Amino acid sequence: MTTIKLKIDGHTIEVEKGTTILEAAKKINVKIPTLCHHEDLCVAGNCRVCVVEVKNRHRLEASCAVPAEEGMDILTNSAKVRNARKDIVSLLVSEHNTQCTTCYRNTNCELQDLAAEYNVDGNRFLSVLKPNLSIDKSSWSIEKDDSKCIRCQRCVRTCAELQHVNALTAANKGHEMKIATFMDLPFNEVVCTNCGQCVNRCPTGALTERRYFDQVWEAIGDPNKHVVMNTAPSVRVALGEMLGYEVGTRVTGKMVTAMRKMGVDSVLDTDFTADLTIIEEGNELLTRLKKVVKDGDKSIKLPMITSCSPGWVKFIEHMFPNHLGHLSTCKSPQQMFGALAKTYYAEKKGIDPKDIVSVAIMPCAAKKYEANRPEMNSSGYRDIDAGLTTREFGLMIKQAGLDFKNLEDTAFDSIMGESTGAGVIFGATGGVMEAALRTAYAVVTGRKVPFENLNITPVRGTDGIRAASIKIEGCLPEWNFLEGVELNVAVAHGLKNARVIMDEIAAGKSKYHFIEIMACPGGCIGGGGQPIPTNAEIRAKRTKAIYEEDMGKPIRMSHENPEITQIYEEFLGEPLGHKSHDLLHTHYQKRHRH
Amino acid sequence: MLEISEIIQEKVAEHGRERKALLPILQSIVNLKNYIADKDMVQIAEALDISAADVYGTASFYSFLETEEKGKYVIRVCKSITCEMKGKHCVLKALEDTLKVKLGETTHDGLFSLEQANCLGLCDVGPAMLINEQPYTKLTPDSVHEIITEYRNKVK
Amino acid sequence: MANNQLKRVDIIFSPYSVAPYEILRLTMHKEKSDVINELIESGLRGRGGAGFPTGLKWKYLAAEQDSEKYIICNADEGEPGTFKDRKLLVEVPRKVFSGMAIAAYVTGAKIGFLYLRREYRNLIPQLNKELDIFNESAKKFGLDFKISIFSGSGAYVCGEETALIESMEGKRGEPRNKPPFPIQNGYLGKPTLVNNVETFASTSMICRIGADKYKALGTDDQHGSKLFSISGDSPKEGVHELELGMKISDFVEEFGDGDTKAVQIGGVAGFCIPRKQFETSIIGEGNTTGGATMIFNSTRSMYNVLHNYLDFFAEESCGQCTPCRVGTQQLLKGIEAVKSGKKPASYLDDLIKLSKTMQITSKCGLGQSVTNSFASIIENFREEMIY
Repeated sequence: MTTIKLKIDGHTIEVEKGTTILEAAKKINVKIPTLCHHEDLCVAGNCRVCVVEVKNRHRLEASCAVPAEEGMDILTNSAKVRNARKDIVSLLVSEHNTQCTTCYRNTNCELQDLAAEYNVDGNRFLSVLKPNLSIDKSSWSIEKDDSKCIRCQRCVRTCAELQHVNALTAANKGHEMKIATFMDLPFNEVVCTNCGQCVNRCPTGALTERRYFDQVWEAIGDPNKHVVMNTAPSVRVALGEMLGYEVGTRVTGKMVTAMRKMGVDSVLDTDFTADLTIIEEGNELLTRLKKVVKDGDKSIKLPMITSCSPGWVKFIEHMFPNHLGHLSTCKSPQQMFGALAKTYYAEKKGIDPKDIVSVAIMPCAAKKYEANRPEMNSSGYRDIDAGLTTREFGLMIKQAGLDFKNLEDTAFDSIMGESTGAGVIFGATGGVMEAALRTAYAVVTGRKVPFENLNITPVRGTDGIRAASIKIEGCLPEWNFLEGVELNVAVAHGLKNARVIMDEIAAGKSKYHFIEIMACPGGCIGGGGQPIPTNAEIRAKRTKAIYEEDMGKPIRMSHENPEITQIYEEFLGEPLGHKSHDLLHTHYQKRHRH
Repeated sequence: MLEISEIIQEKVAEHGRERKALLPILQSIVNLKNYIADKDMVQIAEALDISAADVYGTASFYSFLETEEKGKYVIRVCKSITCEMKGKHCVLKALEDTLKVKLGETTHDGLFSLEQANCLGLCDVGPAMLINEQPYTKLTPDSVHEIITEYRNKVK
Repeated sequence: MANNQLKRVDIIFSPYSVAPYEILRLTMHKEKSDVINELIESGLRGRGGAGFPTGLKWKYLAAEQDSEKYIICNADEGEPGTFKDRKLLVEVPRKVFSGMAIAAYVTGAKIGFLYLRREYRNLIPQLNKELDIFNESAKKFGLDFKISIFSGSGAYVCGEETALIESMEGKRGEPRNKPPFPIQNGYLGKPTLVNNVETFASTSMICRIGADKYKALGTDDQHGSKLFSISGDSPKEGVHELELGMKISDFVEEFGDGDTKAVQIGGVAGFCIPRKQFETSIIGEGNTTGGATMIFNSTRSMYNVLHNYLDFFAEESCGQCTPCRVGTQQLLKGIEAVKSGKKPASYLDDLIKLSKTMQITSKCGLGQSVTNSFASIIENFREEMIY
């Protein structure tokens, strides 16, 4: 390793060759402001906010893009630097819709912070904001407001580098330059998967999720409506960030209390339907394996791939429409929940399903779209009436004026409120796989999966694609055909990695039986509906919290959830049975690629 | 007439199924019909295994790669300072009069689109314009009428 | 005119040697390092406008270890007021291709491109004819180097070498962060030499007449001859080859119409020189030039001139970096506001300050150079901006 020495604001520092000035400054706790820079993305160097002065150079250098050189003498806060930065922030403001008070990102906006820090004078320059920009609200999931865009291209890079979707591009040039979809078509007409990763990385309010919380408040206030809320596993490990907690704090009990205090009629858990997913999907996998291994049925597609992540589902529909047979037919836990809320739950509670409003609190932007897919009405009603993000939900708690930190911890209501640790870990990449293996192994062999504390560590972690194989030994008689089979599984997160997996499948070279794919980096804990900002460190802390939550659960295998046993006994009959087929399974459609 | 798919095939054969084939493909389509249609972009994206948005984003960067339908002849009048000094405004007016369209429009018969362009590199012989790729220099309102008449006759 | 130091020369457009590509053939008998040293010795600087010593650039490329290298001739001259490259490619393309081939010989590059701006598309058939002759000659001389034409698509910023490379790679012509420079990491990530058309033509002429003879032209700090594209209020519009080192007054005397009020040197990215500064050298301090020279007489409104420039910049900025994308719009709107009385005259000073910020913070030469014409016009013709 070659190192170089340089000076930053008078401090001499030694760094590895290739380190940027920005990274070097960070090492000695010198904060340089940035806008287009994002840790998850490649360097753009286009906003120019991070400029610094290098002695003996007339021009300033963009610290995010310029590597430190031996002997550099850098000033990060000279008058020349401050004046230039102020000019640049002023220019961005002059191009910006400065109606901050009505912006969803008010108080959580990087441009606003910088404008305040540099005390930008709004009258310094003339407004060059383009008149008559309309907001694209065509998508169920994502809103695009060009009047708030600072053209940093973080969204473009996110969509390209992390997701390999490239639904967004920079278009035109000069003063006409803007961020656009193909032919500037509305979001709902293009290849967008609704994953919302662009929203997570947008420094301003240009890209936001579509908000539905007003309708939810409306329903809560309506005495004739019975509002049922379910919250996804990863919400409880991230919500606290919006309410004054350190990243990685679990707030499950307070979250449940908050919902109750907000006036929600029944506070239930998506983790319950996560457990149910494991039963249905596990059985689907075993059935496919049986048909392939035992019956030699060539029409059955392996590997089977999970379908919990609606961003991923839309991705495969657009990008690999000829391989939809690999997707599990299981609905996602959100949609299973919705279908059961207006059938099983309604029946048990004696409530007319037409009066039930089912609301899902999700870490996700794509869940909004999923809830509105036309086929998601198997209960006879819209199965999920509203899908909210963690961010919207955090805002609702603030609106309700709750002193969140001082709320007591309470438990979910019943029925459909009981869950296991296996349901919880759905929130992190690898979790669905781990939960499925815990149950499938137990079902097939009658024994616990051979990993300490049920923690199947090979499928955990942050590598984009992780593979494992488990040898099945000592099968129960009915599963004899699986004796000695090496079950090859893989886990992928981030759609760029999904594409790698799918390219293998399309080429007929996939060696796997079962694959978990999550659209978002890190899985749901890094979902497009989670609190902003996001980075690897934040995602790691949320993941840690998820596994803590799992360890804290008395039951950690889905098939041991008593409410699951109950629902099969009292309502569904059997996994993959007639009712399951109607309510818990779905189909997919081919989509175009632009 | 050459099919778009043939153009793509030919350029991919020449440059590989790589991004660097993109501009040659777009240019060839523009040479063929003066603009690139939505469906052409989708087809190109598929052929090069890139996103249609990327094709659009790239095309829209360049002023000669039109993504909206244009006439058979695209007239680009140079608007740089020297051409302006030499009477570009009168030339433009003459064009608008004879074509009966405003700047940015296409004639009803689909024959001519009237555009402006930044420097054409003909500053010593301005005012200048291109009709498709053919340069015309030292324009006057009279010469403009003659040139347009010539094109009209050519079509007849 | 005894005092007039303006000297015309006729090197670049001089007739070809008898046999095609004879200079190339002869140069290939020389040691590669000798050729490079001769170029360095000649003092030739890039003729596109940035003025980097050409010989050094070649030396760096020769030192790169990669087996795959590219030579690109930048014929994307889009600077308003520039048209010399067009004339070179029409009249003496052989000299341009010779220069590229000599570069290939000394650096080991095997592939060359002529990046031809879209506006010059009508030249392609005749250039291809010449390229056939070239490629055949190169083969005959045992030089493994082929040149083909890459047509631009209409973007001024692609004259910036990294934007040009991006564009060749099929992308939007957005300039890259530097470092790395194209010499290390250029087209397709490979070492790449990008030189202007005139630069290549000049190198082949230096190889023909020798560094000493070339160096004898011009003055001590500005060697050689230079093509000037002259347009505007001049009875002698066109391309003229002149020895470097003349004063602007000499130039105006020769090319002006007798009523010259200002001269724009180096195209719109250059400086606007008012009459009171005509006694300075045409290439003053930091005043390198691509040779575009526009002459304005006293009937011209300098407000209109500046407005035209700014309109150009605001359209031709690639749009990726803040100071250039928004700054150019602010300067344009700003002078309009002052002219219409919506902003006070003192706002012009704020705008000059902004243009200086653009100079030190923009990503590439486009945004960095807007201040040249902007500040020089505002400072020298302030009244015209206000009234």
